[in-house]
Amino acid sequence: MTDQNDSAAWSRRGVLAGLGAGVMLLAMPVRADDVSVAQAITDTFGTTPRQDGKITLKLPPLAETGNTVPLTVTVDSPMSDTERVKRVVVFANRNPRPLIAIMTFGPRAATAEFSTNMRLSGTQDVIAMAELSDGSIWQAQVRVLVTVGACDTLQLRY
Amino acid sequence: MNRALVAILACAGIVATFAAVFAADQVPAQKPISGYDFMTPEVQQLQDDDFANPGLLWVEEGQTIWDDTKVASGKSCASCHGDAVTAMRGVATRYPAYSVEAGHVINLEQQINQCRRERQGEPDFPYESEPLLSITAFVSTQSKGLPQSVAIVGPAAESFERGKAFFYQRRGQLNLSCSNCHEQHAGDHLRGESISQGQLNGFPIYRALWQTMGSTNRMFAWCNEAVRAEPYPAGSQEYVDLELFERWRGQGLNIETPAVRR
Amino acid sequence: MPNTRIRVPKTAKAGDAVEIRAIIQHPMENGFRLDSQGTPIPVEIITDFSCTYDGGEVFSVKLEPGLSANPYFSFFLKATKSGPVDFRWVDQDGTITTATEQLDVT
Repeated sequence: MTDQNDSAAWSRRGVLAGLGAGVMLLAMPVRADDVSVAQAITDTFGTTPRQDGKITLKLPPLAETGNTVPLTVTVDSPMSDTERVKRVVVFANRNPRPLIAIMTFGPRAATAEFSTNMRLSGTQDVIAMAELSDGSIWQAQVRVLVTVGACDTLQLRY
Repeated sequence: MNRALVAILACAGIVATFAAVFAADQVPAQKPISGYDFMTPEVQQLQDDDFANPGLLWVEEGQTIWDDTKVASGKSCASCHGDAVTAMRGVATRYPAYSVEAGHVINLEQQINQCRRERQGEPDFPYESEPLLSITAFVSTQSKGLPQSVAIVGPAAESFERGKAFFYQRRGQLNLSCSNCHEQHAGDHLRGESISQGQLNGFPIYRALWQTMGSTNRMFAWCNEAVRAEPYPAGSQEYVDLELFERWRGQGLNIETPAVRR
Repeated sequence: MPNTRIRVPKTAKAGDAVEIRAIIQHPMENGFRLDSQGTPIPVEIITDFSCTYDGGEVFSVKLEPGLSANPYFSFFLKATKSGPVDFRWVDQDGTITTATEQLDVT
């Protein structure tokens, strides 16, 4: 592309599109980056080393709008008096606030499993981490595609 | 067979033919498909879940309103109508309908408010308020599984024609009519989402985008704004007429309230 | 008080894992939505949920705005003896909502 083309590119449509993009950026909350997610995880678990495994994350591969994404987390544990899951923490690595919730299993829990619905602001990874009674920390990660409908991109009043 | 009888039979035959031709004229442009069939499996599961469907929170609230005797007349809905499970079965399938009292076609929300004014001595629940959504969802869900069947002839005919005109009228900066998307392109995609037929058999719906319940009129307003048209007020005759046409367009679809949509 | 729904089976055998479900009507405002004037709507969420039974905790959650409106949880309780299953939600404004249901263990 030549310089001349560049200068001629200030068409009405181009300017409007640019303005539109600017407005969109202003309206969108800031998404988390890897540094802030790492920070959120360190805030919760400290620097204890983490291992992959033991956790099954059930999430739809594709979600529409991202406002109600069903999540089921199961941790492989006998849940006996000595060997238990203490808590599970869920993160979404590109949400404006990556920490989603902290679940604690008490002495009357039968299994280390729960279901809930979460919000995802766009396509990203959902990370679940489990802290066991022996102090070990386990993790699992699943990617969810969040589609956006043409009509959903507007800030509508209704 | 005597002549008179033959003449009567012939006349009856002609009338029947006319009626058939008229009825054939009034057939939806396409076979109705519920919005449910355009949703992802997760959204369908949420709707089908008899506990986790969030719309049931509003339905339960509606039951409380149904039984509430703390109104000016001291009469709850149940005081006159009795058990909603039997008394309200099938009611939602018939609305919007012509009201003799109002002198025009009204929708279910307006019928409920008419009862509130005249039998309970209470002011209207405002449109889109939690109590109106709750009682409408509660009454509608009593017809779950029954086919929509609104009357479009007689005193409702004018309203129906206006609603039909609205549906096919291009509007807004995008210059799109309801039919451009929901009839000509149902099943196609608008970016990430599939376009439904815009059927109303699940209303009021729990909409994931809104994260709450919404009425048919809120959906119309949302859609109108999406094509950059100035929406009509909720409960306006324009929207009631459109609702009548839309319900007729989905004639035979089973009521699904409370439906879950994306 | 916000509307809640809970599901606890009427009866269970001792030692059974029993599914418990709970939902509360709440917008879980995440602080990123704008009102019709373009002003951000402040965060307004349920911050804590817990379920207790037979003198101990079953399951509890520290909620964040990343959970959906009308927060829903399902989890499993270990049936030990007959008694109430108690639920408690805490709103950030301090409002406490409770619900309870009897579980009979045979």
